[in-house]
Amino acid sequence: MSAPILAACDLTKTYGRGPDRFDALKGVSLEIDRGDSVAIVGKSGSGKSTLMHLLALLDTPGGGQIHVDGTDAKTLSGRNLNALRNSMFGFVFQQFFLNTASSVLENVVLPLKIAGVGTRERRARGMAVLEQLELADKARNKAGNLSGGQKQRVVIARALVNTPQVLFADEPTGNLDTATGRIVEDILFDLNSNHGITLITVTHDHDLAAPFNRRLYIRDGVLITTDEEHAA
Amino acid sequence: MKPLEILKTAITNSFRSKLRTSLTIMAIFVGAFTLTITNGLGTGISNYIDSQIAAVGSSNTFTVNKTGTSGNPGSGPKKYDASTRVLASGGRPGSTQQALGQADLNTIGAIPGITGVTPVTRLSPDYIQWNSLEKYQLSVSPLAGAQPQLAAGSALDDSGTQPQLILPASYVAPLGLPDNNEAIGQDVTIGITDATGTVHPITARITGIEQSALLGGGGAFINKSLSTALADAQGTGAPAAANTAWAEVTATFAPSSASQVGDMKAGLAAAGYTAQTLDDRIGTVKTVINGIIGVLDAFAIIALIAAGFGIVNTLLMSVQERTREIGLMKAMGMGSGSVFGLFSTEAAFIGLLGSAIGSAAAIGLGTAVSGALARGPLSDLAGLHILAFAPGPVAGVILLVMAIAFIAGTLPAWRAARQNPIDSLRYE
Ligand SMILES: Nc1ncnc2c1ncn2[C@@H]1O[C@H](COP(=O)(O)OP(=O)(O)O)[C@@H](O)[C@H]1O
Ligand SMILES: [Mg+2]
Repeated sequence: MSAPILAACDLTKTYGRGPDRFDALKGVSLEIDRGDSVAIVGKSGSGKSTLMHLLALLDTPGGGQIHVDGTDAKTLSGRNLNALRNSMFGFVFQQFFLNTASSVLENVVLPLKIAGVGTRERRARGMAVLEQLELADKARNKAGNLSGGQKQRVVIARALVNTPQVLFADEPTGNLDTATGRIVEDILFDLNSNHGITLITVTHDHDLAAPFNRRLYIRDGVLITTDEEHAA
Repeated sequence: MKPLEILKTAITNSFRSKLRTSLTIMAIFVGAFTLTITNGLGTGISNYIDSQIAAVGSSNTFTVNKTGTSGNPGSGPKKYDASTRVLASGGRPGSTQQALGQADLNTIGAIPGITGVTPVTRLSPDYIQWNSLEKYQLSVSPLAGAQPQLAAGSALDDSGTQPQLILPASYVAPLGLPDNNEAIGQDVTIGITDATGTVHPITARITGIEQSALLGGGGAFINKSLSTALADAQGTGAPAAANTAWAEVTATFAPSSASQVGDMKAGLAAAGYTAQTLDDRIGTVKTVINGIIGVLDAFAIIALIAAGFGIVNTLLMSVQERTREIGLMKAMGMGSGSVFGLFSTEAAFIGLLGSAIGSAAAIGLGTAVSGALARGPLSDLAGLHILAFAPGPVAGVILLVMAIAFIAGTLPAWRAARQNPIDSLRYE
């Protein structure tokens, strides 16, 4: 069997120091296989986002190791780390983080711009992914003028434009009403089942977590068993 | 991110906060404007001085005279020596100037590098007159490589037999000549007194009218033919010895480097002669002017440094404002180098805008003011454009300002570059 696409071993993360010291993660170990769909479920403040940021190599853990495709993340040079963030991972953050003054297309092709892809190809690939998310007609609109659901789809388009192997989504439906949330959910599962993208989603919503292949429950910085969580 | 994309993005970013960017540009504008003006002043004045120097004499000649021996008052009076001749001089009492004779001419001509030696005969004409009208005093000097700036007419013919002169423009009206152009080709009479007190009238043709000049003594330039005629007339009846003694001679040399000129000077000094080039005589004027312009430049640089702090401030605010954006771009794999490049390019671009606008305004306004001055208050100094803008120095100013802006941008850019992506994204 090939190495898991992501493996974490005894991850810890501490914020602040002295009296402000706070242990957000207290030893988390997990493995995620290629093509899997995993929900990280927990209450607000339980350390979900912190865990996701560590797995996505956006932050460095206080202790423990992360292996990406069998490679220890600590051994990656700055350049390789950036290449990994750019082309292997896609992110949907808790907030939209759109440049509201720029057009939808410009927002979507930002990862390609960073990768050094030429203007023409950027346009073509940006339009293709907007097509996929049924936003092609909004390509020229200012990102600030869209509805919440449209914005979230733009954010997903941006995460997908560089064809990532792993898509991280932090509370992807948190800012949306139930109906719109459902649509976004369907998009994510479609990407997982029909495009083979490994899906890692953070949520506090048990209903959203239900359709996932696996659910990891987190409380106060440690993974717990399902039963305990349901009992709580 | 490709450098071209960084440039494009930086330019777009600089227009995102228009008011703040414009205010910063205004600050740079003031510095760049001042620096361009002071530079223009330097170029204008030195252009003028160069042309004026060329009008007075050639840069390839020495004025040579015998090194004075009366310099040290403590040494007492000099013993009489029958072989040295002394000219009465206009210096301080007790100073004497020794005359140069034919032997001296030969010695000077033998110094390596010297191509020709011409004795300078002091010609003292009494008057100049046209058409039997009013007589005016006149001083004359041979051309000796000078390139007078002509307002009308053409250069002297030094090889011809016709006596010719170039008249300063200030003589045209007093002599009764209609105007500069009408004066060309007219014959004037120059009176000169010989050793016996007889006045000889000599006829000469006006070939050119010289613009009023800063350095010239307001005298006329004469060609060889006229100079010979005047010298002959002046020397009539004088003892033969007086016609072979000169206060100074002009030694010409081929165009040479500064060190070659130095060698020739040393050779002349060793032989007992003092040699001065035109640059030696005019050098102090240039030094003073360069000093004044240096001080003005210093003020402009101070203004630019102040503007540099404006850039630091503007960009620090931008970095603060765009914290999330920077975090997002880093989360998407943008390298710290690119982030640094983005902000420092923006700084350099703001510098370019400010300095280009400032220089353009300075050139426009400066040219207009300089033109107005040249026509008005400075019209007596024909050919003086107090502000002149050469492409080199203006480009230099723009590059300097961009460099200052870039340096000012490094602090904010460095701050942006070392931001942790997650801290930036959590920033509320
Ligand atoms: N930069 C930080 N400094 C201090 N404490 C932090 C910081 N980031 C997160 N925390 C704390 O860590 C805990 C876990 O945060 P987070 O991972 O965002 O939780 P979740 O996403 O599950 O709501 C919270 O109590 C939060 O207050
Ligand atoms: Mg969170």
